[in-house]
Amino acid sequence: MDWTALGLSLRLGIVTVVLLLPVAFLLARALAFGRWRGRGVVEALVALPLILPPTVIGYYLLVAFGRASPLGAVFESAFGRPLVFSFEGLVLASLLVNLPFAVQPMQNALAAIPANVRDAARCCGLAPLAAVRRIELPLALPGIATAAVLTFAHTLGEFGVVLMVGGSIPGETRTVAIAIYDRVQAFDESAAATMALVLLVIALAALVLTNTLARNAGRRD
Amino acid sequence: MTEPPGLRVRLKQASPFALDVDFEAPAGSMTALFGPSGSGKTTVLRAIAGLDRTDEALVTCAGQAWADTTTRRWLPAHRRPVGFVFQDYALFPHLTLREQLDLALGHRKPAERAGRIQSLLEATRLEGLGDRRPAALSGGQQQRAALARAIAREPLVLLLDEPFAAVDWALRDALRRELVHLQRRLSLTVLLVTHDFEDVAKLASQLVVLERGRVTAAGSVEDLTSRNAVPGLGRWREPAVALDAAVVAHDRDRQLTRLSARDLALEVPTVDAPPGAVVRMQLAAREVVLASARPEGLSLHNVLEARVASVEPAGHDALRLVHLDVGSTRLLSLVTVDAVRRLGLAPGRPVLALVKAVAVEAFA
Repeated sequence: MDWTALGLSLRLGIVTVVLLLPVAFLLARALAFGRWRGRGVVEALVALPLILPPTVIGYYLLVAFGRASPLGAVFESAFGRPLVFSFEGLVLASLLVNLPFAVQPMQNALAAIPANVRDAARCCGLAPLAAVRRIELPLALPGIATAAVLTFAHTLGEFGVVLMVGGSIPGETRTVAIAIYDRVQAFDESAAATMALVLLVIALAALVLTNTLARNAGRRD
Repeated sequence: MTEPPGLRVRLKQASPFALDVDFEAPAGSMTALFGPSGSGKTTVLRAIAGLDRTDEALVTCAGQAWADTTTRRWLPAHRRPVGFVFQDYALFPHLTLREQLDLALGHRKPAERAGRIQSLLEATRLEGLGDRRPAALSGGQQQRAALARAIAREPLVLLLDEPFAAVDWALRDALRRELVHLQRRLSLTVLLVTHDFEDVAKLASQLVVLERGRVTAAGSVEDLTSRNAVPGLGRWREPAVALDAAVVAHDRDRQLTRLSARDLALEVPTVDAPPGAVVRMQLAAREVVLASARPEGLSLHNVLEARVASVEPAGHDALRLVHLDVGSTRLLSLVTVDAVRRLGLAPGRPVLALVKAVAVEAFA
């Protein structure tokens, strides 16, 4: 059992959720309520990680993070080390790959709020920010929780993109998913089995949690 | 130019459908915005609340401009002191009734709110239900909750969008009654959007008729109904006069109530309202019989001395609608052409209008 890898995976998952949710909420809100040009394109871009092979995403990120790219160059001049094969690079990749898992549940939850209810909030004297806090956020809470759980669980399970962008540096980029692959390659069946079981349990618990949250949110009396 | 103390609305737009309206809703009274669906009523209401924009807009209330496209003034919805009751109520599903009212009381200090909430719950007969969420309220309770939330803001104007459309027919009169009492007690300025003329006849004192985005008639309900001058109404409602009358006295022994509206005095079956109260009465033209001499031996209670104002067509070759003046009050009588001939009904002719007590519908 590779505890360092598990710790790294959990850290990556938490950082991703914390950084991604606020941004994804704003994006979800714009997609759910806005009527602007290019909305369809943005919606497609957000969903792209769902259908694109991880190697394709990984390849483009590798190019984008590389020393030759503006992003990679800025990072390296600021921190004195390359963005690729670093934890920060992994976080950045994780944020992008998880966009659909974070945005879509929140977008659906927000879109399910009747337009009249949002109008009523304004007619009750709520300024736009207050309406978000007191009406939209509570009503979209099940979607927000689902987004958090899915993002976290998916981050733990991501393999292809992590391998492409991060490689398998212990303590820096070697996540559990990578460690399992590593152990299998080394014919260390028992370590692979333990870690696989841990991921299985976490994934199952996450899904049970989301389903329960969604069910309870629907009950109002 | 001085603006009236009530609500003044002038709106114009070309698309998505043509709208060109200009009307006033006097302060302290109930104005109905009546018209078929698709006539633009809801759009007008939403523009007043600041929820939608029109190409040209002038909305003033109590001398304040809420919208004026000529000066590019636009007060956002949350800064306009309006109470809006949506057709589907739009209650907040995650909040208890108390929390909904608390939210709408944002203009009051937190310490004052509990008391306000209690009196609002009492005024809308929702005491004891403050801790329920909307899903646990009946249709009628939800309607009253929406009303309570709208009034909580202490609005200058209360905007009601078909407030009775979603409740059972049997409940409507009870809810209408509560609305009238609330309106009178708080002297609210109300703009009521409806496609049901029952709402107009029973509730409103002023009427604005909207057809295809245009105002086709405006005035007091009594004036428009007594002149049979509500456009489009004849197709589905028979001519009937709707006017306010005061309860003069009750005759307990005979179980009758005497009503008076200016020069009109009528005896009707007991009305459930104290002497001095104002009730809305309706009298259908087909219930008014005309006579040239005082009849004897009838069950009739009301014989009114009237004068023929005019004889108008009534949508059927064999019928005529006779406009009558009873002093300064106008009534309508639907009679046959034959009766017009036999009685020699012509403008200026004195006649007796016979009104059965049970023909008068009093809404108290």
